[in-house]
Amino acid sequence: MTRADGGRNKESAVKFELSEQQRMIRDMARDFATKEVAPQAAENDAEERFPAELVGRMGELGFMGMNVAEKYGGSGLDTLCYVLAMEEISKACASTGVIMSVNNSLVCWPLETYGTEEQKQTWLAPLARGEKLGAYCLSEPNAGTDAANQQTFAKPDGDGWVINGMKNFITNGAHADTLIVFAQTNPALRHKGIRAFIVEKTDPGFSVIRKEDKMGIRASETSQLALDGVKVGPERVLGDEGTGFRIAMSTLDGGRIGIASQALGISAAAYEAARLYALQREQFGKPIASFQAIQWKIADMVLRLEAARLLTYRAAWTKEQGGSYSREAAMAKLAASEASHFITNEAVQIFGGNGYSKEYPVERHFRDAKITEIYEGTSEAQRMVISAQEFKK
Amino acid sequence: MDFDLSQNQTMFRDMVRDFARKEIAPIAQEMDEQSGMPDDLIAKMRDSGFFGLAFPEQYGGLGADTVTYGLVVEELAKASAGVCVMLTVHNSVGSYPVAMFGSEDIKREYLPRMAAGEIAAFCVTEPGAGSDAAALTTTARKDGDAYILDGSKIFVTNGSRAAFFVVVARTPGTTGHRDTHAFIVPRETPGLTVGKKEDKMGLRASDTTVVDFSGAKVPAACLLGSEGDGFKIAMAALDGGRIGIAFQALGIGMACLEEAVRYAAVREQFGKPLLKQPVIGNMIADMGTELEAARLLALQAAWLKDSGRPYGKQAAMAKLASSEAAWRAADKAVQIHGGYGFCKEYPVERYYRDVRVTRIYEGTSEIQRLVIARHLGRDYV
Repeated sequence: MTRADGGRNKESAVKFELSEQQRMIRDMARDFATKEVAPQAAENDAEERFPAELVGRMGELGFMGMNVAEKYGGSGLDTLCYVLAMEEISKACASTGVIMSVNNSLVCWPLETYGTEEQKQTWLAPLARGEKLGAYCLSEPNAGTDAANQQTFAKPDGDGWVINGMKNFITNGAHADTLIVFAQTNPALRHKGIRAFIVEKTDPGFSVIRKEDKMGIRASETSQLALDGVKVGPERVLGDEGTGFRIAMSTLDGGRIGIASQALGISAAAYEAARLYALQREQFGKPIASFQAIQWKIADMVLRLEAARLLTYRAAWTKEQGGSYSREAAMAKLAASEASHFITNEAVQIFGGNGYSKEYPVERHFRDAKITEIYEGTSEAQRMVISAQEFKK
Repeated sequence: MDFDLSQNQTMFRDMVRDFARKEIAPIAQEMDEQSGMPDDLIAKMRDSGFFGLAFPEQYGGLGADTVTYGLVVEELAKASAGVCVMLTVHNSVGSYPVAMFGSEDIKREYLPRMAAGEIAAFCVTEPGAGSDAAALTTTARKDGDAYILDGSKIFVTNGSRAAFFVVVARTPGTTGHRDTHAFIVPRETPGLTVGKKEDKMGLRASDTTVVDFSGAKVPAACLLGSEGDGFKIAMAALDGGRIGIAFQALGIGMACLEEAVRYAAVREQFGKPLLKQPVIGNMIADMGTELEAARLLALQAAWLKDSGRPYGKQAAMAKLASSEAAWRAADKAVQIHGGYGFCKEYPVERYYRDVRVTRIYEGTSEIQRLVIARHLGRDYV
């Protein structure tokens, strides 16, 4: 297994350079995103078209299991490589970005971290190679921020389990082959009764109830799912008894690094578009870039973007060190998502009436950005995570 | 100081509220999805006198004062910002220049038809003239007893349905705001073509189009005010228009507040309603406070206009405060709804898209600040 050494050089205290491998991955992702993803982004958004061919191409390029060990079909790269690739792809299309993020962070990671050797061979490898697509099923109609309040129940059935319940807002829900499903096995134990299961879309009793009609990331698919007496064998249980909620939460730590990177990509796209527009758009006889009101906006936008990027890189680095990184991941996600809200909002303002029209991409960036403050933990939930860690010190 | 509405104002507001709840709100989502407005809704609004709201009674209007007009606009916006903007453009920038600057003959010819429901639109913005409206390049060439218009206008609200267009154009070969003229131009004028509809983020029930003029011949009688008044008329129309947009923003903001409170009262997480959780309670408190403060500014601007006093500064303040407060309210409302707020099943998704343009049209927030700062400079220096 050849992991990159970038960011893990213990001899240098702080280093702001990417390793050669990290640069290479970023350039490769940028090239792919510019040539193949960006040209179809607006149309996929308008038509709510899931970019199945792009997902296939990302599998070929090794983007669907970036941090997974090579022996399990992954690319064996470090977290920063993943962040860099996520930003580039999300810059072209935030919908494509979230499809990738879910597969990498929310499905491959828990399978590799908590799975048995057999589970890794059976389920992880095809996901990491991009031959199959994954989904992560935690949210329910009444379990949003309060994720421990699971109303999906798993009952023992012979040596296996029967699962009944409903899952909400599942990214890739209708397209996924393999789903990680959280369910309560013993309500008396509250969150300690939750366990994680591997469900396949072909399992009898599994069905897609409906697809959400969303404000943004419209090329990605978000569905409500039903588990109606889904029977799974013992080989489908992920992790030990009592660990389901911990698996869910630790998985979201990594997921937040993915969403932070997605938000960075949206921000970078909107910022770059606004910067170029300000240079070229003339009002009152000169480029609007020469007006202080616009200059201040540009300064604040790039400041927020770069600060959020550094927090995201640090979260990726902290994860590579081993040990807890939930505080760093929450900070990265909070800063990057709120920055993307701010930046896309200012970008629309700089574009004026044109920013409200679908003819310019900032209209899409603005709609896409909002969800980054909501999913994988709202901004309010990130603040809860950060302050809890601070008071624990 | 008196913070009570008159009986007439309350009656008018309640009537419109009732109409908006029954006739507009139930189809608002559908109008957004289908990007249009049903003809029978327009017919009902016509029958109820909505198209002559702000028009003097002698020309077939209801003669509502500006405060009443504002309250009506707020109620309409609460139900559908798209329907609301169709009516505010008609009642303010589309018709006000005729009412204020048209000759008696022009007023008699056009205002009763507008009041009866023939829709009006306003054409100032061009591809190269947005915030810098004086940079417009559409020309009006004098030709005997007529003017020949050539040029292209964009972001024209009501473009597809309008019967009349207020158009600002300039003498060929000139620059700046002095040589600009305003006209009332009927749709059937040869050489006037309504172009494609913009595909917008929000306000999708209303239509926004390009309007092209190619050798469009307009009788000299259609000139509003005197030659050279074009920019002045446009700016005066926008002063009043801003009061309308302020109330439109407030309507959307209030709808956000109501939806957020209702949702927070029933949605439970961690065993209690969101409304009882301090973080959410704080968000709702800020929404309510900012919206009420903004509404007082908007009412003040409307009252000044009704009293015949200068109101340009207060209209800009009202528009800036209301659109910014409503935007923050929409953002919080979506946030409080969580994942549901991102889905079209809940109206806050639409409010979030609709409210965004109130910080852009009829003068961006940046332009409002410029206007306010200029006024303050005159006040204190």
